[in-house]
Amino acid sequence: MLTNIISISLGAILINNFIFSQFLGCCPFLGCSSKVDTATGMGLAVVFVMGLASAICWVIDQFILVPLGLEFLQTLAFILVIASLVQFVEMFLKKSVPSLYSALGIYLPLITTNCAVLGVVLLNVQNDYNFIESVVYGVTGGLGFMLAIVLFASVRERVQFSEYPECFEGFPICLVSAGLVALAFMGFSGMQIFA
Amino acid sequence: MNIKKQFTEGLITNNPVLVQLIGMCATMAITTTLFNGVGMGLSVLIILTCCNVVVSAIRKIIPNEIRLAIFVVIIAGFVTIVDLLLQAYIPALSDALGVFIPLIVVNCIIIGRAEAFCQKNTVGASFFDGIFQGLGYTLVLIVMCVFRELLGSGRFGGGLIDIANGFRLTLDGTGAGIQIFPEDFGASILTLPFGGFITLGLLIAIMQYALKRSAKKKEAAEKAQKEAEEVC
Repeated sequence: MLTNIISISLGAILINNFIFSQFLGCCPFLGCSSKVDTATGMGLAVVFVMGLASAICWVIDQFILVPLGLEFLQTLAFILVIASLVQFVEMFLKKSVPSLYSALGIYLPLITTNCAVLGVVLLNVQNDYNFIESVVYGVTGGLGFMLAIVLFASVRERVQFSEYPECFEGFPICLVSAGLVALAFMGFSGMQIFA
Repeated sequence: MNIKKQFTEGLITNNPVLVQLIGMCATMAITTTLFNGVGMGLSVLIILTCCNVVVSAIRKIIPNEIRLAIFVVIIAGFVTIVDLLLQAYIPALSDALGVFIPLIVVNCIIIGRAEAFCQKNTVGASFFDGIFQGLGYTLVLIVMCVFRELLGSGRFGGGLIDIANGFRLTLDGTGAGIQIFPEDFGASILTLPFGGFITLGLLIAIMQYALKRSAKKKEAAEKAQKEAEEVC
């Protein structure tokens, strides 16, 4: 059980990193990575929501959808759960932890359309994870996202001062540097843990 | 809104991926064979057109405060339909695209068009908008697939074109494609995640270059015309 959890965590953070090897969550990854501070905020919010969404969606899937034979409604049910979860977390933080709420700012509502969140929930179902494995996969997947976005934000802060062709202004240079970071992460691929 | 203008907007000047810069996750993830690219592009086209029509048909009765929730439910409904149809009739495509078919729900293209276009336009205009934006998306996917597949593994049309049993199109994903040069000579790195980022980056850069150039040309032409008028 413990080795299983360790292999899931290392897989989610390094080997099958959500951004650099599965391409999940690229929009916020490219959109919110211009500064290290905002990237850290976004990463924390994603860790939190991904962990919570994995737990709640697992319960809903196992105790409502599967017994009723409604598995084909998974996509619909999960996206509704995620949207209302994000809304709920937003209200809760606003009331009880206003400092964190103002730090996260606009990034909280944006998480609804982050495909890493819906992706992790769907992958949990596909991989037949149990409750603990699902939550671990959600949280560590979020940590992998955070690692990627913080690393990439520091790369981007340097890229700003370098010279590149005019037509690469904005997104293209980001994508090219993201590609190079992905190349570094490829070093982890093929690694096997306790196999 | 005329159809010709919508056509050029969707395919070139307001292309969803290259100009609006949305819906990039799937674009980079699945463009490894032509089979995946065409399949994904057409799935998005169908879902986008259906959602556009429904959203524009009910645009006057949607309360403004909960419109996003309503859009998401409509989109998720159509995505589920397409997902189940693919599982039933083209299982090879469903296996190849995996989690990216249900993830069309959070693809910004669809919710973006609903929010930016269908809320303000008639059913007919929204229908054509869906088709042309979907075609623009498919076009980008095809260009990326051809580039990555050809330079990465020296093949064209993997999964889609079957030359072993006569020259024909297949939908079961078994076609090997046309081998243009030996696979060993290809830069296999282009078929890995790195290739996805780089290829899309280059494509957007080319697009920005072309748009800037045509804008400059237009400016120069207008200037020349003005000067000519002043001289007269």
